[in-house]
Amino acid sequence: MPSTREIRRRIRSVKSTAKITKAMEMVAASKMRRAQQRVIAARPYAQKMREVLADLAAQPQSAEVLHPLLQQRTVQRVAVVHVTADRGLCGGLNANMNRRTSAFVLDQKLPSSLVTVGRRGRDFMVRYGRDVRAEFTQLGDYPELINVLPIARVVMDDYMAGAVDQVYLAYTQFMNTVIQRPNIRLLLPIEPAEFEGRRPSEYIYEPGPAAVLAELLPRFVEMQVYHAVLESIASEHSARMVAMRSATDAANDMITSLTLTYNKARQETITKELLEISAGAAALS
Amino acid sequence: MANLKFEIVTAERVVYSEEVNMVTAPGVEGELGVLPRHTPLLTTLQPGEVRVKKEGGEEVIMFVSGGFLEVMPDKVVILADTAERAEEIDVARAEEARRRAETRIAERAETMDVARAEAALRRSLIRLKVAQRRRRER
Repeated sequence: MPSTREIRRRIRSVKSTAKITKAMEMVAASKMRRAQQRVIAARPYAQKMREVLADLAAQPQSAEVLHPLLQQRTVQRVAVVHVTADRGLCGGLNANMNRRTSAFVLDQKLPSSLVTVGRRGRDFMVRYGRDVRAEFTQLGDYPELINVLPIARVVMDDYMAGAVDQVYLAYTQFMNTVIQRPNIRLLLPIEPAEFEGRRPSEYIYEPGPAAVLAELLPRFVEMQVYHAVLESIASEHSARMVAMRSATDAANDMITSLTLTYNKARQETITKELLEISAGAAALS
Repeated sequence: MANLKFEIVTAERVVYSEEVNMVTAPGVEGELGVLPRHTPLLTTLQPGEVRVKKEGGEEVIMFVSGGFLEVMPDKVVILADTAERAEEIDVARAEEARRRAETRIAERAETMDVARAEAALRRSLIRLKVAQRRRRER
């Protein structure tokens, strides 16, 4: 049986841990709310852009040259934009994402390179000797579009130069506070979704459909990268919030059981002392 | 009089969303004004000012650095790269950007991307112009 003093020390240490995890939980909760709002705020733009793109792609192509970002090529090299968090302590979030991307890269059976966003993903991929083309860290909790433009730039340049023939975007999709799912989807070449909607098709395009499309496509890629980053950040904070909540709960459970042990130990000492006293008294009389 | 629903959205937020009477925007092929029941149109924008006339003659001025303008008979949407309302423009920052761009063009460094510096200069100048015009009106 550990001495009462040792137990007391344990309790104190667990209590301060609980305080820290509780604080982290609360910080993560407020950051999560803001991150979610940003995901939602980015939606109208994304939606609109998809509509316009679908409409443009459905246009009878003047067919002579397809925009390079739309061209399907035989795939010889692939690149993956791998989005993770900079920090840990958020449950299995980064581990899941790393595992998912690794499995995906292995499945390709083609030479592949990576563009990592976030320290956790970079460290992992570097440790496993993957070909990391570029790395981005320290985007912060609330990046703006302008902060993610370089990421989109790197992959678009590589794609246009023919260094890679397909680019995938790997990020953690924010489903809800408790569920975040690693997700991988095709970024380049762009495959405009069929859009079923009531769009008046008789548009005048200025300066012309091809010119508008050429302006639109890079922005579409940028927007998708931005969106993936936002989703990942929202996921990170909610995963951290949940992880920290269970850590706080575990610490509190531990405090309860330690307090019990402590009281027992204290009681025992008292009983023992009493016994000794009464035994001494009995011996005297 | 019929109204137009007008929205400016950027990747980050909805900057403006109101019922208006008329919208003027800097299209690549020149300034264009849009009234209700305009033909559907989609154009790219250059950096410039967007003016909005509201019911009762009130005018709102905004800055866009580029993007797209989509016109439907009862609705106008600008997908902007960045957009600011005149009162949101950070004059000090725009001034600073202008100086930076000017020195860069003046130096003509070997490695410099002249076109980019010029574009930056143009953007900051227009931003300042939009901010100033609003000041005078008050």
